[in-house]
Amino acid sequence: MLIVERDNHPGGILQQCIHPGFGLKLFKKELTGPEYYTEFVKEAKELGVEFLFDTMVLELADNTLICANGQYGITEVEAGAVVLAMGCRERTRANISIPGTRPAGVYTAGAAQRLMNRQNRMVGKKAVILGSGDIGMIMARRLSLEGAEVVCVVEIMNYLAGLKRNKVQCLDDFGIPLMLSHTVTEIVGKDRVEGVKVAQVDANRRPIPETEQFIECDTLLLSVGLIPENELSRGAKLQMHPVTGGPVVDENMQTTAAGVFAAGNVVHVNDLVDNVSAESATAGRSAARYAKGELKASDTLDVTVGNNVRYVCPAKFSPERGGKVDFYFRVLAPVAGKVEIIARDGDTVLARRVAPYVNPGEMEHLSPDVTGARSLTIEVKEV
Amino acid sequence: MEKKIICTVCPTGCEMTVTGEDGKVTSVVGNTCKRGEVYAASEFSDPVRTLTSTVRVENGAEPLVPVRTEAPVPKRLIPEIMKLVNGITLQAPVAQKTVVLENVLDTGVNVVTTGECD
Ligand SMILES: Cc1cc2nc3c(=O)[nH]c(=O)nc-3n(C[C@H](O)[C@H](O)[C@H](O)COP(=O)(O)OP(=O)(O)OC[C@H]3O[C@@H](n4cnc5c(N)ncnc54)[C@H](O)[C@@H]3O)c2cc1C
Ligand code: SF4
Repeated sequence: MLIVERDNHPGGILQQCIHPGFGLKLFKKELTGPEYYTEFVKEAKELGVEFLFDTMVLELADNTLICANGQYGITEVEAGAVVLAMGCRERTRANISIPGTRPAGVYTAGAAQRLMNRQNRMVGKKAVILGSGDIGMIMARRLSLEGAEVVCVVEIMNYLAGLKRNKVQCLDDFGIPLMLSHTVTEIVGKDRVEGVKVAQVDANRRPIPETEQFIECDTLLLSVGLIPENELSRGAKLQMHPVTGGPVVDENMQTTAAGVFAAGNVVHVNDLVDNVSAESATAGRSAARYAKGELKASDTLDVTVGNNVRYVCPAKFSPERGGKVDFYFRVLAPVAGKVEIIARDGDTVLARRVAPYVNPGEMEHLSPDVTGARSLTIEVKEV
Repeated sequence: MEKKIICTVCPTGCEMTVTGEDGKVTSVVGNTCKRGEVYAASEFSDPVRTLTSTVRVENGAEPLVPVRTEAPVPKRLIPEIMKLVNGITLQAPVAQKTVVLENVLDTGVNVVTTGECD
């Protein structure tokens, strides 16, 4: 087992996530990011897993990785099976195209998190945060604790993107207002951000000009979503999922290339690391079985996305291999009241569960037994 | 006195209305389970939070090491604890679970490192 990593340390994004909120499902304890990954790193080392740090994978072709390493130069690694786990990156200003000047002081929330939590660099004194995702709210708290003023969090949707507990503990605790149905319409400033223009949006998320106001600040943090990091997957011509932006996988987390598996944020953006760990264990187990010649190839069916479901992961499954499969999915729109989550094969219900509410920011899951199924639809219905 | 409190014990986030006097709760409405009531009582009288931050490290591979309070501490003490945390400088190497502030402000809680630094 070899892990190829471009960073000089294991842990991935969790290294900068110093806040608590990890491991509630898996360890029944509230761990911080570093505490969460330490356990796994220890276990991996004990099992003899090797690490190749400071090494960038440039290309994947026929289960061979082409890597660039400062010491060895361009290096080839041949493998019996490969698991892709490149994580995700943040959407930037370019992705959402905010008009205005290009001054210093505009950061993605994750970049600011890395600067503050790993590099001891303060990003500003007075900040506006665009996007109410968890990373944005967590950075609002972090900035406040370090003595900066967070003027407001601006959210284009009419609901909170992240978890309610983060609103309570990161915004309400510090008296930071949340402006729903608002967006940043312009960035103002020559060398450094001097402020932003903020306006209310209509039902079609278009800014209403009369509501525009100027807010003075020296920093704008963007927390406007994450995209799976998939240059390698596209280069290897894996089938990509149009909604998640990650490779299409089956119930073994195998991509459309035999022997290439994928797990974590590279497949679909997760909000809970516990789910990433569960999914990754499946990918690892399957990759080991493939390398040993034990993983049966089989025809697969596509999961049908039913009412109020945005996407389902895995998107494919094999009725022949069958068994209970954990399907993760997100809803399209929030429902405040009780809903029923259903997995059915035609009219036959394979699994159902009642949930007290659903929210696009929180991943749902259902585990039907798909042995011999002729189709599979996952849907959410109000009750 | 009446206070609106959102329960953060689980992701459901029940919105509760808590009534009471001098930090003593007389009624809780809006919770779905017992845990919400316990949380409401604590939030009403003296809310507690886990604090996480970073501490400077000298002569290490990284300039910072992350820290946390081992258990939640009263929210009102957090600005004071932040001042103490920011006053510390450690010398590398630093191991995980090193106590950097013992029994901080008499809370009975230690501030410890959650990562390491070589
Ligand atoms: C900023 C942020 C805050 C979060 N907060 C929480 C939280 O509070 N609670 C919670 O449960 N979850 C949280 N999450 C979600 C969860 O932590 C992540 O989903 C999970 O850690 C992702 O793990 P991963 O292994 O898929 O990706 P990552 O941890 O991102 O790991 C990907 C690794 O691949 C490496 N890599 C990428 N491309 C290459 C390449 N070409 N060559 C070599 N190496 C490469 C990267 O350097 C990185 O180390 C957060 C996520 C983010 C981004
Ligand atoms: S009251 Fe119970 S169900 Fe409601 S948020 Fe609190 S713990 Fe969850």
